[in-house]
Amino acid sequence: MSLLDVTDLTVGFDTEDGHVHAVKGISFSLEEGEILALCGESGCGKTVTAMAVPRLLPPQTTRLSGSIRLDGRELTTLPEPLMRQVRGKEVSVVFQEPMTSLNPSFTVGFQIAEVLRRHENLSRAAARNRAAELLELVGIPAPAQRIKEYPHQLSGGMRQRVMIAIAVACSPRVLIADEPTTALDVTIQAGVLDVFRDLRDRLGTAIILITHDLGVVADIADRAVVMYAGRAAEQAPVEELFARPRHPYTLGLMKALPAAAVTGPAGRRRLAEIPGMVPSPLADLDGCAFHARCPQRQDDCLAARPPLVRHGPAHLAACFHPGHSGEQP
Amino acid sequence: MTEPVLQIDSLVKHYGQVRAVDGLSLTIGQGEVLGLVGESGSGKSTVGKCVLRLTEPTSGTITLGGRDVTHLSRRAMRPLRRDVHMVFQDPYSSLNPRFSIEQIVSEPLLRHKLASRREAYGRVAAMLEKVGLRTEMMTRLPHELSGGQRQRVGLARALILEPRLVVADEPVSALDVSVQASVLNLITDLQRDMGFSCLFITHDLSVVEFLADRIAVMYLGRIVETGPTADLFAEPRHPYTQALLSAAPVPDPVKARERRRIVLRGDVPSPLDPPAGCRFHTRCPLAFDACRTVEPELADPRSGVHPAACHLVTPEHRPDAAVPGRTIEY
Ligand SMILES: Nc1ncnc2c1ncn2[C@@H]1O[C@H](COP(=O)(O)OP(=O)(O)OP(=O)(O)O)[C@@H](O)[C@H]1O
Ligand SMILES: Nc1ncnc2c1ncn2[C@@H]1O[C@H](COP(=O)(O)OP(=O)(O)OP(=O)(O)O)[C@@H](O)[C@H]1O
Ligand code: SF4
Ligand code: SF4
Ligand SMILES: [Mg+2]
Ligand SMILES: [Mg+2]
Repeated sequence: MSLLDVTDLTVGFDTEDGHVHAVKGISFSLEEGEILALCGESGCGKTVTAMAVPRLLPPQTTRLSGSIRLDGRELTTLPEPLMRQVRGKEVSVVFQEPMTSLNPSFTVGFQIAEVLRRHENLSRAAARNRAAELLELVGIPAPAQRIKEYPHQLSGGMRQRVMIAIAVACSPRVLIADEPTTALDVTIQAGVLDVFRDLRDRLGTAIILITHDLGVVADIADRAVVMYAGRAAEQAPVEELFARPRHPYTLGLMKALPAAAVTGPAGRRRLAEIPGMVPSPLADLDGCAFHARCPQRQDDCLAARPPLVRHGPAHLAACFHPGHSGEQP
Repeated sequence: MTEPVLQIDSLVKHYGQVRAVDGLSLTIGQGEVLGLVGESGSGKSTVGKCVLRLTEPTSGTITLGGRDVTHLSRRAMRPLRRDVHMVFQDPYSSLNPRFSIEQIVSEPLLRHKLASRREAYGRVAAMLEKVGLRTEMMTRLPHELSGGQRQRVGLARALILEPRLVVADEPVSALDVSVQASVLNLITDLQRDMGFSCLFITHDLSVVEFLADRIAVMYLGRIVETGPTADLFAEPRHPYTQALLSAAPVPDPVKARERRRIVLRGDVPSPLDPPAGCRFHTRCPLAFDACRTVEPELADPRSGVHPAACHLVTPEHRPDAAVPGRTIEY
């Protein structure tokens, strides 16, 4: 049993246009102190997968099946009052938009202290002291002054750190961070990634990091799930994934990065393209969802859906004709 | 030497108290791609907007193809607008949602009265083909296209008049990697085939490394280092550039974990009140006394070395202990 076990998670939404198949049977686990990256292109289901864990999806329209177990306890059927205890205390979330998730009319110190008072029953003074400690933990200089400031007085990078401080205030066992550095400059991003590493090392926090940036994955994650059209295309420890990508989509993503440019005819620098478009989430066809864009496709790829197959210890790929092991991107 | 397509001298743009651009000079030669990089808020977009006169410079001069356009009236500027075009970051909000793709791409031709409606149709079809869009797209509305397709429309519109200079402000930043790859390939091909010059604004170093001939690094309204792309990546000289390169994510777990990152400490200063002396001194790991009072010049007395605005690379204010061109070591 892992800290978190997600098994065959399927999430759909009822919309005016029909049923949106957002996540179509994804399974993964997360160990204590592990940093797991969920990556893939826009719309592939990263946010929906992660937000299903703390049950933050709109209840009226969401259709969910599968199992989500935290320490063996099933979360999908947990009564809402108990789920409220889980949220914030055991599983907490850093949302992508730091400005919209902080309340502009309260000081950052008050907002951190609020969470502590709600979940930990701390006194006002104790909560304030703890708030300053948390700001220090996330690397904000002069925390005693900063707790008195309002969100608009902080830079984007600092607001993001305040969000992280709030998310870790109750020492959650699982931290979900949705594109936490996408809006930040690289010099600031480097500092925020250090904060995550530090939390993991010091508190053993397990982290689900959602990102579309393979550079961030390479930098910080232990393991990664590459998603395509609502399913896991490939899943592996990060070194293994970059050294021996087996799914043609993973390989395509790596070759499309500007860092992987090759010099083509007439001395022109070229990037490898992935032709075509992601299939619509309104349809769920049989066969491999990557078929229309895949350079390795064969006739049998449309006949059935490729299952996730083991290609090494902890390395899974869903492809009938995977790249050979040892093939370098 | 042929005349530069764009020359900017001592450009200043203040929005009230905000010193967005504060004394910036650069040139772009015929057919050259200059990558303008730097932190959010350092003034990159403002430079682009001043070049297109979408905003009025506070002072300084902007010369397009040898002609000083800084103080031209809108009317006098109009014929010159054919020569300079802009591609924006957000392909959605920069395209009129009620216009068809054909109307959007033909608009510059019709506005400058360079083609009749019928002639325009043919040119639009040809241009769309160049950017890899099928002609049946002409009747579509922007919201019916994907992000990558919309960005192609933005490029078609910018290039339909065959401008001499294209200002591209983060044109691929909102796109997914796979779409970004095809748009970057397209920009490279069009630039080679049509020969336009380009001011390419981005915060993504891997994108400029791919595309630019030369790079200028901005910090708080000024250029702190500029040079040929390969030189700047091989030997960054300004401590800010060094930090920037060291922090850029590399998609290789082995390299990413081995390398030493320079993590900048200290607050990011505000353009309302830039620090005295070197503007980077509040975050620079190598700052010394002179940095807090004397502003370094963007120059290098040695020939053949690309310039950086740092006292450590210009000898005058350097303390004896510091080694020329010293880099940050951890
Ligand atoms: N509340 C909702 N109602 C209907 N459809 C939704 C809802 N939330 C998400 N979707 C759809 O589910 C799919 C997966 O969305 P999700 O937000 O998980 O993507 P993502 O991988 O996080 O993408 P991005 O990188 O753009 O954030 C998308 O097609 C999206 O439009
Ligand atoms: N119209 C405006 N009015 C007031 N201030 C402005 C205006 N436009 C820009 N600024 C300010 O000028 C400074 C430079 O902004 P600019 O948009 O040029 O930066 P940038 O380098 O393009 O940043 P980014 O990478 O975030 O796009 C910022 O401090 C910004 O807040
Ligand atoms: S199953 Fe076939 S179409 Fe799908 S990724 Fe593998 S080779 Fe390509
Ligand atoms: S002049 Fe001084 S503060 Fe500025 S970059 Fe150089 S060493 Fe750092
Ligand atoms: Mg998302
Ligand atoms: Mg900008």
